[in-house]
Parts: sequence; structure tokens; C-alpha cells
Amino acid sequence: MPGKTSKTHPVEAIDWPAAIHSALKSQGVRQVSYVPDAGHKRLIELCHADKNLAVVPLTTEEEGIALAAGAWLGGERAALLMQSSGVGNCVNALTLASNCGFPLLIIVTMRGEWGEFNPWQIPMGQATPDTLRLAGVRTLRLESAGDALATVTAAATLAFGGYGAVAVLIAQRMIGAKSFGNKP
Amino acid sequence: MSGAELDRRKVVGALLERRGALLVVAGLGSAAWDCTAAGDHPLTFPLWGAMGSACMIGLGLALAQSERRVLVVTGDGEMLMGLGSLATIGAQRPGNLAVVVLDNERYGETGMQKTHTGYGTDLAAVAGACGFADACIIRRNTEIAAVRSGVYRGRGPLFFQVKVKRDTLPLVLPPRDGAHLKHRFREALLGKGAAAQ
Repeated sequence: MPGKTSKTHPVEAIDWPAAIHSALKSQGVRQVSYVPDAGHKRLIELCHADKNLAVVPLTTEEEGIALAAGAWLGGERAALLMQSSGVGNCVNALTLASNCGFPLLIIVTMRGEWGEFNPWQIPMGQATPDTLRLAGVRTLRLESAGDALATVTAAATLAFGGYGAVAVLIAQRMIGAKSFGNKP
Repeated sequence: MSGAELDRRKVVGALLERRGALLVVAGLGSAAWDCTAAGDHPLTFPLWGAMGSACMIGLGLALAQSERRVLVVTGDGEMLMGLGSLATIGAQRPGNLAVVVLDNERYGETGMQKTHTGYGTDLAAVAGACGFADACIIRRNTEIAAVRSGVYRGRGPLFFQVKVKRDTLPLVLPPRDGAHLKHRFREALLGKGAAAQ
């Protein structure tokens, strides 16, 4: 079980990727596509281990917007996992969701916001919420691991019940900022 | 690279006549007009935008409807914009998916500028290298029956790069309201109850 532990102060580990997987399952998601992110590592593994999910690795994030549209045409629900830097790749493809009313559930792990050490991640990370809003995607923030099940379930209801595009933005603070050992 | 003899409307007409339960995704521009010229159909989803998306919509549909045959008809420019989707399809290997690229080596909607196939890109070789079960270039009328056979019965994913003449043909436009196109497709495929899902 992953999670933060300390020799002196054990921290209760909340398996939030398992909670997201559980929310996707309970909401009837059958196709999960992704461009990998370290923050999505465990969720991707859980999806690959789930024989009742079609799991589709993508070469670029906008492929997942189209995949979800095709899934819905065929009567299935899809979810798309990506890092915030992938949001910019999706802008024109999001025409599909906004123009046709395709439900779309995107789960975004944020970079470039909390303790980011890589300057190349910051512009797209900072622009992610506004980029999604301008492209017609509603956003929900996930700041605390304990809220993962409720937030993703709510987002799925908003997407599939409301026939719209919805993104859950998982706070970089919650995931833990990547450092590559780059300590000051 | 010129001298193609195939007529794109005749090719698409031959593939879509007596189409039975076939599900079709049509890439934006001339490919969508060609599919509409063969007969507007609720089980054709024509694109008016989102260039580069046609193959991935076909993949999502093929995964969701594994018992149905799915055909993506698109142009060389649209296919080039979504080239990575060939690798994604190659990784999934859906047996029920076929892709037909009508390749006139030009961007037909924007002034007939050369596409990369006009500069030598071999899309069928790309698809083959990505793991499609079969991928070939089609140049002759006598080969169209084999394309049709592949689309309806072949073990996919299949890729046909059909070299077509550079005609500018009369526009035959499908409906362009995306919500309408989505609803009619789902209702025809999934039944009246689809609107309540």
C-alpha cells in the first residue's frame, strides 16, 4: 500500500488511486485511456489489472478525447488520465465534447503549481484551469486524498449525467512534488 | 506520385452500398462529403472539425461494439494530423476496425496544397509498422472488391491507403449539428432508450 510513512510518525495512508479506480468502476466506466504521469502510476496499474476495463495507452492526450467520443457513440463510458501539460494538447479536440455534447471525464495530475522545481512545467500547469474553462470543460479540484472517491464520483455524475466535459484537477501538493533529488 | 486512376466517390460508394450493420466514422472534409454522397446514414458519424480525431473515434467505437464492424473513412491530411493514433490502434489491435484513407496527396478544402503523402510519406508502411494486421496501398479498381471484403469480414485492424484522383467534386454535405449527429447515431445503434442513458 503506497502512502507517506515516517519512522517516528506513521501517517495514515489513504490509497487514493484505489479510490479513484473504485469511483470509475461504480460509475460504469469501461474504457480508460492515458498518457502516463508519475502521479497516475498506481491508478494506471490498477486499471491494467482490471479485466473489465479496456485500457488504452495514448501517444498524445487529444487521442483520448476522440476515444471517449467513440466510446459514447458505441454506448460505453470512458475516462482519460493525463498530466496538466497534456491539457494544452487537447484544445481543438475538445470541440468534440463542446459541440456534440459528448460526456467526458478527465483526471488531471497537476504540475507547475506546488513546489515545482522544473520551470518547463510551470507555464502549462498555471494555464491549465483557464485553458480547460475556455475550452468548455468544467473543473473540480481534488486537494485531499480522503476526498478522492467523492470528488471523482461527483465529477463522473456531472459528466455522464450532465452530458458535459469535466476535469478533476488533482493538486500537486496532494500527489507530492517531484524533486529528482534536487534539494536546495 | 500522380496518375491515380481511382474516383473517390466510386470507391466510397462501392464500400458503403448494402452496408448492413456497418458503423462508419468519416473524417472532416472531402471524406465526409464522399460518405454523404453515398447516402446520408444515421450510422455514419461525419466530422466537421476536430481534425486528426477520426481514427480514435473509430477505435473507441470498435472497443465498445466488438461485435460490429467499424470503418473509418478519412483523407490523407486528416490521417497525417493523427498519425500517432495508428500506433495507439496498433497497440490495441481491434479485429473489427478498418481504416480507409482516400489519398489524393492534397489538402482539398484549403487550396489543394500538397500533403506529406505528396512528398513521399507512405501511410500504409506506417500503419504496417504500427502493428496493423494488414496495410496496403490500393491503386486499381480491380482491388476494391478485396478492400470491401476486408472492411466487412477481414481480421483487423486493417489499413487501406487508396490513391485517388485529384478531382474537386460537388459538395454533398451531411448535417453539421454535432448533437444531432451524435443522437441519431446512438439511437440507430442502441435504440430509443439511448437518449435516457
